[in-house]
Amino acid sequence: MTSSASATELMPYDDVLAAYDPALGLEVHVELNTASKMFCGCPAVFGGEPNAGVCPTCLGLPGAMPVVNGKAVESAIRIGLALNCDIAEWCRFARKNYFYPDMPKNFQTSQYDEPICFDGYMDVDVDGETYRVEIERAHMEEDTGKSLHVGGSTGRIHGADYSLVDYNRAGIPLIEIVTRPILGAGEKAPEVARAYVAQLRELIVALGVSEARMDQGNLRADVNLSLSPKGSGVLGTRTETKNVNSFRSVERAVRFEMQRHAAILSGGGSILQETRHWHEDTGITTSGREKSDAEDYRYFPEPDLVPVAPSREWVEELRGTLPENPTTRRARLQAEWGFSDLEMRDTVGAGALGLVEETIAEGAAPQAARKWWLGELARRSNEDGVDLVDLPITPADVARIQALVDEKVVNDKLARQVFEGVLAGEGTPDEVVEKRGLAVVSDDGALGVAVDNAIAANPDVADKIRDGKVAAAGALIGAVMKEMRGQADAGRVRELILEKLS
Amino acid sequence: MGHGTTAALLADRLAAGEVTSVEVTQLHLDRIAEVDERVHAFLHVDAEGALGQAAESDARRARGEARGPLDGVPIAVKDVLATRGLPTTCGSKILEGWVPPYDATVVTRLRAAGLPILGKTNMDEFAMGSSTEHSAYGPTRNPWDLDRIPGGSGGGSAAAVAAYEAPLAIGTDTGGSIRQPGAVTGTVGVKPTYGGVSRYGLVALANSLDQAGPVTRTVLDAAMLHDVIGGHDPRDSTSIQHEWPSFTEAARSGSTGDLSGVKVGVITEMQGDGWQPGVMARFNESVELMVQAGAEVVEVSCPSFVHALATYYLILPAEASSNLAKFDAMRYGLRVTPDGDPSAEEVMRATRDAGFGDEVKRRIILGTYALSSGYYDAYYGQAQKVRTLISRDFDAAFAQVDVLASPTAPTTAFRLGEKLDDPMAMYLNDLATIPANLAGVPGISVPNGLAEEDGLPSGLQLLAPALADDRVYRVGAAVEALHERQWGAPLLDKATGLEGATR
Repeated sequence: MTSSASATELMPYDDVLAAYDPALGLEVHVELNTASKMFCGCPAVFGGEPNAGVCPTCLGLPGAMPVVNGKAVESAIRIGLALNCDIAEWCRFARKNYFYPDMPKNFQTSQYDEPICFDGYMDVDVDGETYRVEIERAHMEEDTGKSLHVGGSTGRIHGADYSLVDYNRAGIPLIEIVTRPILGAGEKAPEVARAYVAQLRELIVALGVSEARMDQGNLRADVNLSLSPKGSGVLGTRTETKNVNSFRSVERAVRFEMQRHAAILSGGGSILQETRHWHEDTGITTSGREKSDAEDYRYFPEPDLVPVAPSREWVEELRGTLPENPTTRRARLQAEWGFSDLEMRDTVGAGALGLVEETIAEGAAPQAARKWWLGELARRSNEDGVDLVDLPITPADVARIQALVDEKVVNDKLARQVFEGVLAGEGTPDEVVEKRGLAVVSDDGALGVAVDNAIAANPDVADKIRDGKVAAAGALIGAVMKEMRGQADAGRVRELILEKLS
Repeated sequence: MGHGTTAALLADRLAAGEVTSVEVTQLHLDRIAEVDERVHAFLHVDAEGALGQAAESDARRARGEARGPLDGVPIAVKDVLATRGLPTTCGSKILEGWVPPYDATVVTRLRAAGLPILGKTNMDEFAMGSSTEHSAYGPTRNPWDLDRIPGGSGGGSAAAVAAYEAPLAIGTDTGGSIRQPGAVTGTVGVKPTYGGVSRYGLVALANSLDQAGPVTRTVLDAAMLHDVIGGHDPRDSTSIQHEWPSFTEAARSGSTGDLSGVKVGVITEMQGDGWQPGVMARFNESVELMVQAGAEVVEVSCPSFVHALATYYLILPAEASSNLAKFDAMRYGLRVTPDGDPSAEEVMRATRDAGFGDEVKRRIILGTYALSSGYYDAYYGQAQKVRTLISRDFDAAFAQVDVLASPTAPTTAFRLGEKLDDPMAMYLNDLATIPANLAGVPGISVPNGLAEEDGLPSGLQLLAPALADDRVYRVGAAVEALHERQWGAPLLDKATGLEGATR
């Protein structure tokens, strides 16, 4: 059932690329932020007291019936339009039949061969190159309940002592966005996968249809991957890695599966078509349930619902509510911010475009916003293995810290401590400054004493400055800063030194 | 007062202050206590609840706040409708002990109109059957002859009304489960237009076919009940938004027996071999009466109807196999835990094995097969196409005539056990009733006499175009009046199965 990391043979990445072409496919589930569930009036809020937000319909009680949430249809159409999809003039819900304890009806009300959105695309930028990801479909469906398996070592149902199910999540509206196979990404396949999910998230946020927090499960990615012998153009057997819950993990999961597939194929083995689980901690995938196209969900049109037939007028009206398309937006922001191509590419690649934009909107200068998100915070996100957006700090916090720097309350070095404090949950930037006593000393009296001490302790340096070698002031500034434990404005220190030695 | 009255007359007496709802309700509870051991129409009797609701009705009436003509007239409800606080089993072991936390919309409307609910009536398990013998709680017997079936799946509701245990009942009709029991028990049953009565809270057999409707002793009673339960429900997406006329008015206007200007079509495909001679004799007599009353009668062919049964037995099991998946022991109803350390799947399997009867399993297997990858187009897909052809046959027929007529069922009530081991013979009972469900059109079964060979009742089925439910009441009430003039009394007066019991 489970295989350990040591048991998984991997081929070195460069060797994979020499022998195989990867084909990617991504299925992303977006949990909508509608007030009520997909088919009933219960609040669409997961969490809180278990099984408090439920009714006969989302519990699947005998006799209960679904009614379509109009707002969810609207969100689905807006997502589809933003992904350049066609919107069906007429479509139906279908039942996807399978047994699972957290499925109230033992079928999921979803869409099958009549999705509401189909045939779209999204252009994804990776390192200055654009990859067109074709969208096969985006359809509406309902979420399942959430199982909690108690006891056992794996947290999975197998081996558990007992299981609890919370149906608050059952019936929350989901939009599933499915790409066509993404071919031709080659060595960039992991980055393309990551960039696609990151850009898709940005779009969802701009549309305002979901909280789109991957760490909260509002946005869940399943990664399909197969390899074909280089140049053959024949798609290989794919695996589906489920619930990869960060941009970074999407990239890592693709890379891992490429290396794993290649090791098996090159050894003369064949890939088992299956669902695989991603392990965030160890960075590997393990076998889940065996799954194949032969798995028969016995789809048929949901007889308790009437077809959804959005009028063309409504669709056009919704098209008018779309945010700017991503390419135009990026070009506009680059011009507004005065970023170089490289700076812009790095910002987009880090999934920081929206964060930088919000930080600027909160008052920070563009370069300062970029510097923090791509510097200090990117470092932290790497260290902690979480996406930037999932760091416990808001664009408003970042803008405030920059404002503290601009106001010379802290200097750059102290600002890093403020970041550390905010990320550690010590409070707002101002609270951290206060609690940690980080404000720089701007009182000339105290500074003057420190400057005098530095001059007295370094007579040679002082002489050089008196002789006009102003560059030597650096040594004295360092000494003063040391005495002040960093809590001084280096510019002001320099001024004082030059005044006293002129 | 006696039981031998109608809901309409009871309503009049309640309004006139001649009786109280508590008296009427108690009388029916007494009758249930007296005869239901033999008939077994009820799975659950709620004497306390019914009397409490009756007392509230009387108090309302005393304050001059009666909620409508049927306020205080008691009713029985088929056990397939969810009733808050009352067990709802659908005639299945798998739901034994389940007490719904909510009311079906039909039940909500009954309560709102002030009808005390006597209890829940017996039925074939999950409404699968034509004899009520597939109830997991034992069969219901026909008040005309206790050795015979009361029809199905709603044999409990029909028998309760025929045995005067209730003046009114609610049934559900997926392929004839209201109309066929009506025919074989000498009572009236109406399947409304699909979408005319909310299905919210009706435990689905086949969602695209199911429809709840009235089970009564007279056409007027059925119309009055339909006026209470019908109309749009925002909880049921398939319920129709439509300005329905008063069915009560339609029934009253028909009771003059005048049919001049009405065009009746006799369906060619619903006669001939396999139709009991006595049933056909009564049918021909009804047609003759209609002609005498001024109706123009023509023969109409509906060629696709011969495929209706096959179509029905693909669509119904397909939908049912999915509907019944929810009965998995996880949240409510029966749970069978095998020995050892069973997995969730093993508990589900053991529960479904023990909890479902053979007919239910048969249809789950049929439906699962019909929906399977590779078979879907040949079975479910093809059935949907034939369904369209059947609808077109109705459209063509109703372009020529106002109503279509046929016997409701091919035979009178057969003996218990006679067809239990022959599913195909059982399915043939619904030959005449199924097309209306496939097309969603309304239909009524009106008693039209006794077959000479066995002295058992037969029924006349009248079908009208979708939304024209008022037409089945108008013509149905006319036929009923014509027959009663001929007989000099209601047909049920001749029912002898419960001789000795007071009535």
